[in-house]
Amino acid sequence: MALVEVKGVSKRFGGLTAVSGVDLTVNAGEVHCLIGPNGAGKSTLFKLIVGLYPPTEGNILFDTVDITTERPYARVQRGMSIKMQAPSVFKELPVRQNIQTALQERLSGAERIAEEDRLLTLLNLAPDSGKLAGALSHGQQQWLEIGMALALKPQLLLLDEPTAGMSPEETYKTGELIKSFNAEGMTVLVVEHDMAFVRQVAQRVTVLHLGKIFARGNLESILQDEKVAEIYLGKTHAH
Amino acid sequence: MFKLLEGPQTLGRGRMFWTCFLVVLGGALAYPLFADSYDVGNFAYFLIWIFMALGLCLMWGYGGMLSFGQTLFFGIAGYGYGVLAINMGGGTATIAALVLSVALAMIAAGILGYFMIWGGINGIFFGIVTLSATLVLAFFLGQTAGPEWHIGPARLNGFNGMKGMDPLTVGDFYIEGSALYYVLVALIVIVYLALRMLLNSGVGNVIVATRENPQRAEMLGYDVRKYQLLTFVIGSGLAGLSGALYTSWGQFITPSSIGLPAAAMPIVWVAFSGRSDLTATLVGSFLLLFGFQTITVYSQQAALVLMGALLLATVMLAPQGFVLGIGKLVADWWRDRRRGDDAVVTEAGRLQSEEA
Repeated sequence: MALVEVKGVSKRFGGLTAVSGVDLTVNAGEVHCLIGPNGAGKSTLFKLIVGLYPPTEGNILFDTVDITTERPYARVQRGMSIKMQAPSVFKELPVRQNIQTALQERLSGAERIAEEDRLLTLLNLAPDSGKLAGALSHGQQQWLEIGMALALKPQLLLLDEPTAGMSPEETYKTGELIKSFNAEGMTVLVVEHDMAFVRQVAQRVTVLHLGKIFARGNLESILQDEKVAEIYLGKTHAH
Repeated sequence: MFKLLEGPQTLGRGRMFWTCFLVVLGGALAYPLFADSYDVGNFAYFLIWIFMALGLCLMWGYGGMLSFGQTLFFGIAGYGYGVLAINMGGGTATIAALVLSVALAMIAAGILGYFMIWGGINGIFFGIVTLSATLVLAFFLGQTAGPEWHIGPARLNGFNGMKGMDPLTVGDFYIEGSALYYVLVALIVIVYLALRMLLNSGVGNVIVATRENPQRAEMLGYDVRKYQLLTFVIGSGLAGLSGALYTSWGQFITPSSIGLPAAAMPIVWVAFSGRSDLTATLVGSFLLLFGFQTITVYSQQAALVLMGALLLATVMLAPQGFVLGIGKLVADWWRDRRRGDDAVVTEAGRLQSEEA
């Protein structure tokens, strides 16, 4: 069953067409990766889905409801949760308060504190829970933001380059974390260009190129597609 | 609910802080018993402005919205109180005039805030728009000297200002002098504690999160515009409370209490005190008002120059505020001392058990 349907969506900035007539379906329960070379329109499409940009043409449906004109907060209230490309945390607030702000609408009292502790432990942030978020390393800030996104217990987790700036170990752990949440039924849409990470988590892949859908399918079929290898992966990496 | 009196958004917690709070409150309550009525009246005058400073602290320090419009809402409620008190005939109706005039200021803030916040005005432009609105009101009221400018029997009187309204009254009892002082102390305690509870609640978390990163706050499912509007309306309403109380206290109000020099004053008080904390703002604003009034007796120009110099010194030397900085130093010193005492007690206990 389709959880997200992007139908004929285009986005133009003046004379530049960043996304052109894109159709994309993200099925409930899958980890779907959106890949493509720089300038392919991945981040623009991501921002269209989360509501940061209004589309020039087309419609976006979430759980069969047309959300094209809804603001980001309304989409989050419907069950989306978003992690942006650059770490976007409340830098002048303590780490725990960051998580608390994400949790407080869903849980209260002892339940909320227990969930804060669970997430902080899961993300290896428990020893730093009293620090200001701005004092964390780049990778830790990425995890904190993932933790805030997870705290909403969303139907759909949207991640824009979640492993940017992380070490290989941190990247691997993030992948395992995403897989564990997906195993519990969470749908995940990831924009990523780290192919090792994509191999680790992806169940379906969509390739964007010059603002259009270039290829789609399971990871194996994409990796074996010569044209995809030419535009993005590099032939030596394709096999 | 009382747990919200302490939390991450407000400095000052624990028995020591609340003991100091009660001592200061006790001193404030005892003050009229040994001070002469002139000084009590002066202190009441200083206290009137505290609401406006706390409102700006809420908007600017916690909400990240630098409003230059505190005297706009001060003026709306101040003139509103005058018009209502005169038209409603004085007496106990002045209490209703006070409540309605503050409500009027909050409605005006709601309308202005809606257009600014939903229109995407933020940062420096928020200050520019609120300052412009303030100057518009000040200039408008300045040209209302003619007899045609009246609302019922209440004449606006241009630069000479409006006068002739009753002070706050219950039955035949005028709330003036010591009575007004006690009312103001009670109101300040209520507003201060209520703001602490608001800021340490979930709503306060979102207000501060919006200041830090509005996009992230929206990505957590909060319509940040509503929280910003709520902050603006409460902060401006507190300025309105100052305005209505001011008119009641002096039984007059003029456009000069709205114009540019007046509009800059709350910024100086809050910046000097430490905009990110309510307690620092309360203490610092009172001290500045006291100092300003003392110097004004000798030279108003000198007092204004001093205010400007203080603002410059704050920006250059202590951007987070002098009172807040000193408060943090004292808190650190106290904590270190407690740790030292605890270490001595622990060491003594260890030695005792070794001897045993």
